[in-house]
Amino acid sequence: MSAGAASSARPAPPRLVSPLRGLFDVYVAEARIAIAEQIQYRVANYMFMLGMVAEPVIYLVVWSTVAAQQGGSVGGYTAGAFAAYYIVWTLVRNINIVFTPYGWEWRIREGRLSAQLLHPLFPIVEDLGFFLGWKPVVVLLWLPIALFLSLVFHPVFSATPLGIAVFAVSLLGAYLIRSLNQSSLGLITFWTTRVGPIFQLYIAAELLLSGRLVPMALMPIWVQNLANFLPFRWTFGFPIEALVGNLTTEQLLGGLVAQLFWIVVGSILVRVVWHFAIQRYSAVSG
Amino acid sequence: MLRPLRLTWLFFRIGALNDLQYRANFWLQLLQSTIQLGTGLAVLGLIFSQTPALNGWSQPELLAVMGVHILMGGVIGALIQPSMERLRQDIREGTFDFVLTKPEDIQVISSIREIRIWQGVDVIVGLVVVGLAVSQLRESLGPIEAIGFGLALVIGGLMIYSFWLLITTVAFWIVRIDEIAELFQGLYQSGRWPVTIYPDWLRASLTFLVPIAFAVTVPAQALTSRLTPDVLALAAGFAAVALIASRAFFRVGLRHYSGASS
Repeated sequence: MSAGAASSARPAPPRLVSPLRGLFDVYVAEARIAIAEQIQYRVANYMFMLGMVAEPVIYLVVWSTVAAQQGGSVGGYTAGAFAAYYIVWTLVRNINIVFTPYGWEWRIREGRLSAQLLHPLFPIVEDLGFFLGWKPVVVLLWLPIALFLSLVFHPVFSATPLGIAVFAVSLLGAYLIRSLNQSSLGLITFWTTRVGPIFQLYIAAELLLSGRLVPMALMPIWVQNLANFLPFRWTFGFPIEALVGNLTTEQLLGGLVAQLFWIVVGSILVRVVWHFAIQRYSAVSG
Repeated sequence: MLRPLRLTWLFFRIGALNDLQYRANFWLQLLQSTIQLGTGLAVLGLIFSQTPALNGWSQPELLAVMGVHILMGGVIGALIQPSMERLRQDIREGTFDFVLTKPEDIQVISSIREIRIWQGVDVIVGLVVVGLAVSQLRESLGPIEAIGFGLALVIGGLMIYSFWLLITTVAFWIVRIDEIAELFQGLYQSGRWPVTIYPDWLRASLTFLVPIAFAVTVPAQALTSRLTPDVLALAAGFAAVALIASRAFFRVGLRHYSGASS
């Protein structure tokens, strides 16, 4: 029997609380749960991370090979610069792990959302808090990997103090943009039970337009221009380049503004989609 | 010897009939494969816009590597990984008891129970890419190369199976290893490029620790006339060792299984 369809006794919709508006206690509680939970599964966390580190190492090797063949550098990147780019990439990628549309698919298909709807909270707030709390564990586990990669691939850094500061702030921005966008995508599972192909399309766009696959400087000019008007670049390329690229002060601060813009757009989008999506929810015994 | 084969065929049919109920999944899988292929081609285009050859591999040759990578990925996704994931889940939840009660070889049953035929779309996509690559290669493919390619594929598939069995067997000791699939997927991505481009330590790991070199690069070498008989013989020998070792390890693991009710 579907609860959503039995409309006369439908419970009040959950209070919509902006994920950006504090709720500090909830975040702290969710974060503590995440830390306690993830610390238990160190082996699982490491497997996940090692699988993920393979991706940048492959790109790093491929592009270092190209650079070596082209007389030491390609698109302004030397082997050392590529190493710096992709080692910082591993941290940014870890920070960018968010609740995926597959998670939403599972949550909605199996009716798990019912319990969450009883909480007086926007479910995305709980996801944001939980994954944010996971990050300290992730960063701790990441340190030895970064050290190993640095010893093997000899990165060349030339970061400015402002670059470092902007990098730190932009990590949070990247996390929020990616969380909000993937939540909106995940909400599509209110309409269809298989989100896979749509998510794949998103990932393909992200690979090519964010600097995840290759520094944007190596892309054709029209791709670079296109990327400036899309959210992807601000979740990968921008934070990495803030630390390793020689961005001007203008570019650094402009990037943060762009991030803020996409956070606002993402928040509005997720709330609008949620508004329409939740009306379609029905669960077995819900 | 025939019995496991008959069982495999039987389970294959059951799995296929089961999946055939969900025909829309074919189109979804095709769409997914197309997206991945498009991304892969874009990357190749990007690299060859900067350089004429990558470590001695020309564009059609790298296309052949990509084709084999997609093809083998389809074999893994359709035939190997589903059963291994079920095995891992059963061990964790204790439902492995039901397998143990069957009067058949436990390893055989555990390895053939689940298939996902729609993942096999990648086998076809991979074959098409390989065909395109071969048609672009300067030297045509002779019968010896074709046989070498077939043999190398089978050997590579057996090695990947042994590797999956090895890592899944760890579930007898460590409860939560759900991330093993991600670990494998991540490492498998390295097979998109010939292992010869990697630094020595990584190449050795990708050859003997995780047999991706044998699964993808060696068949691709057969296609691009780089494969020597001794490499193929080494691959066959290593596959035999991997099969025996993984079977032995699985049996040790079995003794550590404590079941749901204990």
